Amino acid sequence: MKGNEAIAHAAIRYGVDGYFGYPITPQSEVLETLAELKPWETTGMVVLQAESEVAAINMVYGGAATGKAVMTSSSSPGVSLKQEGISYIAASELPALIVNVMRGGPGLGTIQPSQADYFQAVKGGGHGDYHLIVLAPATVQEMTDFVALGFDLAFKYRNPAMILADGVVGQMMEKVVLPPQRPRRTEEELRAQCPWAACGKGDRKNRNVITSLELDSARMEENNHRFQATYKLIEQNEVRYQTYYADDADYLIVAFGSVARICLKAIEEAREAGIKVGMLRPITLWPFPKTQIAELAKSVRGILTVELNAGQMVEDVRLAAPTTPVYHFGRMGGIVPNPGEVLQALKEHFPELA
Amino acid sequence: MTTEEIIQPQNKVYSRPRLLDERDTHYCPGCSHGVVHKIIAELLDEMGLENKTVGVAPVGCAVFAYNYIDVDWVEAAHGRAPAVATAASRLNPQNLVFTYQGDGDLAAIGTAETIHAANRGENIAMIFINNGIYGMTGGQMAPTTLLGMKTATTPYGRTAELNGYPLPISNILATLDGTCYVTRQAVHTPAAVRKTKAAIKKAFENALAKRGTSVVEVVSTCNSGWKLSPAKSNEWMVEHMFEKYPLGDLKTPSEEPKN
Repeated sequence: MKGNEAIAHAAIRYGVDGYFGYPITPQSEVLETLAELKPWETTGMVVLQAESEVAAINMVYGGAATGKAVMTSSSSPGVSLKQEGISYIAASELPALIVNVMRGGPGLGTIQPSQADYFQAVKGGGHGDYHLIVLAPATVQEMTDFVALGFDLAFKYRNPAMILADGVVGQMMEKVVLPPQRPRRTEEELRAQCPWAACGKGDRKNRNVITSLELDSARMEENNHRFQATYKLIEQNEVRYQTYYADDADYLIVAFGSVARICLKAIEEAREAGIKVGMLRPITLWPFPKTQIAELAKSVRGILTVELNAGQMVEDVRLAAPTTPVYHFGRMGGIVPNPGEVLQALKEHFPELA
Repeated sequence: MTTEEIIQPQNKVYSRPRLLDERDTHYCPGCSHGVVHKIIAELLDEMGLENKTVGVAPVGCAVFAYNYIDVDWVEAAHGRAPAVATAASRLNPQNLVFTYQGDGDLAAIGTAETIHAANRGENIAMIFINNGIYGMTGGQMAPTTLLGMKTATTPYGRTAELNGYPLPISNILATLDGTCYVTRQAVHTPAAVRKTKAAIKKAFENALAKRGTSVVEVVSTCNSGWKLSPAKSNEWMVEHMFEKYPLGDLKTPSEEPKN
């Protein structure tokens, strides 16, 4: 099935309580698949087409505030619209899952694949100091698996998570193993797991209030310190990545999402020609695997990042490996490079290989 | 009869609603918010809804509503309360979910969320405080500001040419199939307070009975923003606001049952 369809199936099987979305190419299949599967008749999951991405993300905020497992999906221009709500969700310390199946920009741009929302996803995106947990799937299987991972991390840290996919992974068809159906949490389980939820006082003595507002500067700074402490914890515990041919590599490629698969092909071709290239694929773009890149940087002559943008992740790689030559190769406008182009770029930046 | 004899439990005719916190509010003296808060707190207690209610607070003067009424609250982004309430209600159908919004929140920045939540017939109650001005930010023009009315951003008075016309949003909402009850009330006299209380009660009942969206507009005063005394504000409201925003039901459940 398609990556977008996998997201829908995985959401139902995880026991998600609600999905709120608005159609936009190239991710409309998420909402379409959910509408076709009618999970409200089986698991009781709410599926709603909102009037806008702004409304959809605020529905996610409202649902998450009541302790429910809720999500939305969109593509780049729509995710820009969602930034207000994402900032509120982060500031209110609520769990939620946001899927961005990236297309080329800026502006209305193109409906073809892109990775140009890297900065927006990993540096905050909306206003204020906050971070999302950002997962970058490279396969349809990872699109499936990261729904559960995203929700698990979001609830563990009470922080929104994002699946940052590119249009290739969203539209690509591959075989997947779907997880078994989990039941949705009961009211009692929800109240036990989320004692903070504003779901009606029930047996509670005191009311729960979900708000991001704090006009007392000292207390607002305290809130900010608490957010930062959470981010530190996430950085310590949740870095995920995969390495390929990295042990004996003289050159390292860093790439994420579908591009990493193209790079892997390029690496195999390079190795056939006797060039020892390896790769690190960040699975979490935030927290970023900076320690691992720094470690690998010690034993390579140089690093090339390959991205579907003008050079965004390359900045984080340079921060991780300040004394190693780090170059960027990217295609934009919805164009995806072929392995030959990646190899060519490697040779251009490292003339000794030519 | 001595004072001590009079001050007896059986003689008590009025008290602070149990669900209204014992604390000073941040509202200006004479502001309508206090009265509407009191009505809501009374109703939630009388209707036995304390433990199954989620209020959605707006951005505006009522942003701190959650500090006064003792039920669970979610504080929404500016204008997004109906979207927040949509999910809170659909995911928790056993609860009463209501929004509490001002004119800027409900009829300017949140117009799309308001109209679409009402058009979907979300089973929520929207309490809409219309005082024709932005109170929290210091008295700027609202979508419901009357023509000729002076505000911080219309210092020479609102003109149709520059600012367009006052928006009768409740009349628009009454035309939608998703609303079951739309009414316009006020809280400037004891009789009006009683009527508003009856209207909000009806709105809460509709939400619980899944009849669709109810809207209770409360035409209100903002004496600070209007730069009038509380008493003068009430007079000005009766003389000017009621002409553009006449009180009464715009739609009742019996007239147009929800499909």
